[in-house]
Amino acid sequence: MVKKFGELTDKEYEKLGFKCGLEIHQQLFTKEKLFCHCPAGRYTNEYDAEILRHMRPTLSELGVYDGTALMEFKTKKNILYRLNHETACTYEFDDTPPFPLNDEALDIALEIAILLKCNLVSELHIARKQYLDGSIPTGFQRTTIVGIEGTIPYKNRKIQIRQLGLEEDACREISDKGHLRIYKTDRLGMPLIETVTYPDMKNPREAAEVAQIIRRLTRVTGKVRTGIGATRQDVNVSITGGTRIEIKGVSRIPLIPELVHNEAMRQKALLEIKAELKKRKLSEKSYKIKTLNISNLLKNTTYDPIQKVIKKDLLVNALLLPKFKNILSYPTQPEQTFENEISDRVRVIACLNTLPNIISSETKNKNLSQKEWKTISAKLSAQSTDAIIIVWGDKQDSETAIKEIEIRIKEAMEGIPSETRQALANNTTGFERILPGPNRMYPDTDLPPISVSPQRIKKIMSGIPEFPWDREKRYRQMNLPQDTIIPLITSKYSTLFDKIVKNLKIDPVLTAATIIQKFKHLKREGININNIPQPEIYKMFEAYKNRKFAKELIPVLLEKMPSTTFEKAFKSLKIKSVNIKQLQSEIKDSYAKHKKTLYKPKKKENIKLRTERFLMGKLMHKLVGAIDGKIINTELKKLLPVLIKQK
Amino acid sequence: MADDYKGYRGKAKDTLIEHKVRVWSDVVIDSTRGEFIGIILPRSETADDKHIVVKLRTGYNVGLAVDTIKRIKEMSYKEAIYKIPEKEFPYDPKKPNVKLLGTGGTIASRLDYRTGAVIPAFSPGELYGSVPELADICNLNTEKLYGVFSENMGPDQWRGTAEAIGKEIKKGIDGIVIGHGTDTMHHTAAILSFMVQNSPVPIVMVGSQRSSDRPSSDAALNLMHATKTAAESDIAEVMVCMFGPTSDEYGLLHRGTRVRKMHSSYRSTFRTIGDIPLALVDNDKITPLKTDYNHRRKDKKVTINTAFEEKVSIVYYYPNMKPDIIESLIDHDYKGIIIAGTGLGHVNKPLYEPIKRACKKGIAVYMTVQTLWGYVQMYVYDTGRDLMDMGIVPAANMLPEVAYVKLGWVLGQTKNLEKVKKMMLTPIAGEITTREPYDGYLIYQGGLPEITEFLKKHNR
Repeated sequence: MVKKFGELTDKEYEKLGFKCGLEIHQQLFTKEKLFCHCPAGRYTNEYDAEILRHMRPTLSELGVYDGTALMEFKTKKNILYRLNHETACTYEFDDTPPFPLNDEALDIALEIAILLKCNLVSELHIARKQYLDGSIPTGFQRTTIVGIEGTIPYKNRKIQIRQLGLEEDACREISDKGHLRIYKTDRLGMPLIETVTYPDMKNPREAAEVAQIIRRLTRVTGKVRTGIGATRQDVNVSITGGTRIEIKGVSRIPLIPELVHNEAMRQKALLEIKAELKKRKLSEKSYKIKTLNISNLLKNTTYDPIQKVIKKDLLVNALLLPKFKNILSYPTQPEQTFENEISDRVRVIACLNTLPNIISSETKNKNLSQKEWKTISAKLSAQSTDAIIIVWGDKQDSETAIKEIEIRIKEAMEGIPSETRQALANNTTGFERILPGPNRMYPDTDLPPISVSPQRIKKIMSGIPEFPWDREKRYRQMNLPQDTIIPLITSKYSTLFDKIVKNLKIDPVLTAATIIQKFKHLKREGININNIPQPEIYKMFEAYKNRKFAKELIPVLLEKMPSTTFEKAFKSLKIKSVNIKQLQSEIKDSYAKHKKTLYKPKKKENIKLRTERFLMGKLMHKLVGAIDGKIINTELKKLLPVLIKQK
Repeated sequence: MADDYKGYRGKAKDTLIEHKVRVWSDVVIDSTRGEFIGIILPRSETADDKHIVVKLRTGYNVGLAVDTIKRIKEMSYKEAIYKIPEKEFPYDPKKPNVKLLGTGGTIASRLDYRTGAVIPAFSPGELYGSVPELADICNLNTEKLYGVFSENMGPDQWRGTAEAIGKEIKKGIDGIVIGHGTDTMHHTAAILSFMVQNSPVPIVMVGSQRSSDRPSSDAALNLMHATKTAAESDIAEVMVCMFGPTSDEYGLLHRGTRVRKMHSSYRSTFRTIGDIPLALVDNDKITPLKTDYNHRRKDKKVTINTAFEEKVSIVYYYPNMKPDIIESLIDHDYKGIIIAGTGLGHVNKPLYEPIKRACKKGIAVYMTVQTLWGYVQMYVYDTGRDLMDMGIVPAANMLPEVAYVKLGWVLGQTKNLEKVKKMMLTPIAGEITTREPYDGYLIYQGGLPEITEFLKKHNR
């Protein structure tokens, strides 16, 4: 039976032969897209025009059709692209050949390839990777390998990196109903890097941890995009006897462990099904499925989904699966059985995507009446060891569905079909498409190879950032607040932080707290911190260092700085800075002024403390921002005993 | 074997020889930038001699600089042949017979390692293998006449194509499709309109703006539209059949003498100039937009006239053009000049002298307009009158390229300038029209509110 996430120990995963690899997609922070001059990173739901396209499979360079491509062709989708004037040009919808590859993007990709310790390619060859789902209007993604065979340290071992690719991002899907899929093209063509690891992760937790390390590694450059959708993970999972399954587009790293666990369990279940079918002596070569049009039998059914179909004059078919009893109801994932695997295929390939799209003699939810099932069973001459699936739709979709069901049933006898699966909300996965192989690659004949000169690499090497794990060690030694360390490692302000601490010798704790905690706080209050140029922030710290104002004023200044310079923000506060000498005379004046009205306590020992608190309040009120409260307090503590003694 | 180092030269080739490996060797390469495992691929001849291309196991190609290579070890040898799967084209006696004549272009194509670009591939079997829908339309036969990019089409190929068409018509074909590169498709369409007259069947030129080796190619749909037109259409003329909008919606049938490629890369690049297209074609039907066309006939009669004088040129006038441009044509013994003049058909004063000389020498000089849309009208301004006095003949609303091929065709038949003039100004295949309809000049301009609304509503 399917074990829940958290019920397996590391040892048990090892016994299963659990293996997991990652493909991490990270958008790069560039002004323009990868192969045209449209702005990158501008998202909108508005559109000015729509274009309709269809996709056809073509041959790979080595003269083979790709299985995924053929599958997508079966779906016969109309694909609509929405175009926005600002975010897409004729390149995006494939009416203009590519412009030369964006150099800014290539430099960032090379920098990250170096951080991953990859072997760098000397000449980039742009390839076309076929995507017939329509997510790219050309039908392929332009992609190129920048480096291969890298490593990152993890625990006491190394995780191997298979490759680092630079590629264009795809469209964002708006809807996919029946034979119509709609995309928007704003994200299309944005530069993206794909970091591919070997399947070196041995349990679900490791997969998430390594994903986190890679994410940090790309972020230390300060040149990648952050935010929703800027980093997307594909996770590959297999167990012994299983096959590589790719889970696509996991948006958040914390979701990974449960997803990959459930996938491992699904594979285990499918292997058990295979063994059971073998025991029943069923083989994909000789297995025959009988199909019968039962529209007439169900003319008067009260089962809503089929009733609707009958009204529309569509077809209802029954498939007899000999010796298949208890297989369709075999659990594969939480709340899912093998029947879901079949329903998924029908949904994706035959485009019958109103659920339920099939029912079976083993479906738990209420559907046809006992009597109806009996009639169907009799018509099919079904035995007690058989199972029946019912599927409905128009003529063409029904034909595709019947063929697809047969394919999936026979695949169960072979084991686990290679698939890409999408991550679903409850941490289970659903079929997305057949897993593509290397046969979908084709050289891009529109662009010449690009040579990567040793000079270029040297230049990038000279500005290479510190590794995140080295940075982490350094920050820990500085005793930074716990919650600032990890965010600071990948913050775009980390270089600024180092500069402030090193050049201005300002307390690292104060600096980190300002840059991470204060910034976060102000952002939450709606202050657009991102609009403040870093040199202005540096100027502010420099002025603070020179005692121009007290640290209490930092948030006040930051609040003003998004719309002005530091200089102007500071002037507008009309602060007169106060030095130690001036402070001392302020303390004396204040004591003199208030001494008569001061509370006279009965017990002598209380006088000092009470007076100190009282005066501190008065002084802070008068001097706020002009000098740090801490300094006022120190001086007050020093002076007060003297003043009291003087009487 | 020379093919062992396909495309490699200089240092790169020496490196392959030195390490005893060749193209299609499956190798392990040890380099100063690390280890690379994969198959050595052929290299484009136009690329440099400093890199070796390897297809990695993941299907990606990478180039390795030869001066980083330390060792190459061959593990095995795996030659790949890029071939479109061939399936025998089915025959159905009830379906019309269509002949597809290939001249080149990317309508059916495959990868060429020599240049790294695509080259045409072409046979009924290959076409059926990649566009099986064709078998629902007709019985298809193909003949490869040429395999050239369209810029390399010229008088020899035009003649050869016209003759091939004549032969097919005499054999009783129901329709002809001509696969052609798109760049000069309108030149070929125009000359075929003159060389092939009175055809009883449709002659449909077709190509693709995106090569057929990409999933989003317009090749398959164009080919389906063109074969449908050839098989079923009532329009027995030379036409160009290409995308109407950039969307996969329908094709337009353009008259061979009024069509022009108007965008370097758009799918909907072909437009009828100064008129409306002949018809619309989609997978279901052909919808005529005009009524004045030559109808399909049952006979097998056709006139093929492949005369052509090659010493004809187009001069695209620009301000400050110097007389020596025209003079050099005179001195090189040109027999005809088509001028694409400004506005209604003008050139500057300094050209008067050489033009006078050209006309005096018996060179046929014709005026067309570089605005493409509209008629030549040389009476409106003095300049025009002066030019006509010298002997320039206004060519009405003939497109410059059409006037060029027609003049070549006419001069191939006679050098008598009076006869030439009569033939040039008598329309044979719609190259001159007496009326320009109000919707023959429609270029919608983006940004206008009504166009924005239109584009949002229709997939164009």
